[in-house]
Amino acid sequence: MRAQSVQTMNYEDVKKRLSNGRDTIYIVNFWATWCKPCVEELPEFEFYSENQFQKPIKVLLVSLDFKNKLNTTLIPFVEKRKLKSEVIWLNESRYEAIIDKVSTEWSGALPATLFSTKNNTISLFHEGTMTKKDIEIFLFTLKKDL
Amino acid sequence: MKKLLIMAITVLLNFTRTFAADGYKVGDIVPDFSLKNIDNTMVSMSQFKDAKGFVVIFTCNHCPYSKMYEDRIVAMNNEFAQKGFPVIAINPNDDEAYPDDSFENMKIRAKEKDFNFPYLRDETQEIAKQFGATRTPHVFLLKKDNGVLKLAYIGAIDDNAQESDNVQVNYVEKAIDAVVEGKEVNPVNTKAIGCSIKWKKQEESKK
Repeated sequence: MRAQSVQTMNYEDVKKRLSNGRDTIYIVNFWATWCKPCVEELPEFEFYSENQFQKPIKVLLVSLDFKNKLNTTLIPFVEKRKLKSEVIWLNESRYEAIIDKVSTEWSGALPATLFSTKNNTISLFHEGTMTKKDIEIFLFTLKKDL
Repeated sequence: MKKLLIMAITVLLNFTRTFAADGYKVGDIVPDFSLKNIDNTMVSMSQFKDAKGFVVIFTCNHCPYSKMYEDRIVAMNNEFAQKGFPVIAINPNDDEAYPDDSFENMKIRAKEKDFNFPYLRDETQEIAKQFGATRTPHVFLLKKDNGVLKLAYIGAIDDNAQESDNVQVNYVEKAIDAVVEGKEVNPVNTKAIGCSIKWKKQEESKK
């Protein structure tokens, strides 16, 4: 039995996931296979799924690929890249409706990344590509707040 | 070391905030610009003597969200240019990293899709920055008010990018109707998923 390469969830389910681990820092990256800067920064997030850290860190790659591309593009992409992070295809009829729920700072441009911890009570948000340094600074900030 | 890191965080977080808050807001006066159209002429808003306003749309060739709206933008210009609100499309993307968005490819795409509005190249990306555009497509509706252009609405074209048949609210249409009738525009700001504007690399490093 092979694990499913891509799970399907709506945004409420994703939020529930963020409430699971008490001390886990969730890195929730909103991306799509059609978004070149998103694909380019995936290795920066994969790093945190490929390695172990003192504090648990969980990367969720939430794809906003179009529904008709789920089987034809997204799943083959994830399998070909052998992504270690959990990949979720966001099952929402209107992606527009989730923007403010993710962060009021989000204009809607991809990529965008939410860092969340402590049962979803502390979060940081960034719109645009993140460098290795950016991610480190965000993680440092959250760990300090723990 | 720790102090340095904290300073870095402060700078980063402030940067994130100011970036999002930069650009024009609804009610602001918008100065004219002059940008090169795909027919090689320079276009500025002052050339449209009869315009009551403009639908300025930051968009591009490569972005799937921009593509989904091409036909809708053509239809919008068909309907609203004659009512005094012509569309002006502006492509600000870095064409070095995204060759699809080059001036030459803009000409090709405009021809393929029968663009009936100016499609301008913001080569320096200055106009996109002034407006505070973050994604493509990103709409800025301007209205003439006592001889100056003021921002009346910022955001999405409508509320359903993927399925034009299932649009519940056509925000731009609604905003123009309100402006024409002298009523308050509501909502004045909306959000939509889109492609980030591809800023040039040297700008990235300046950050």
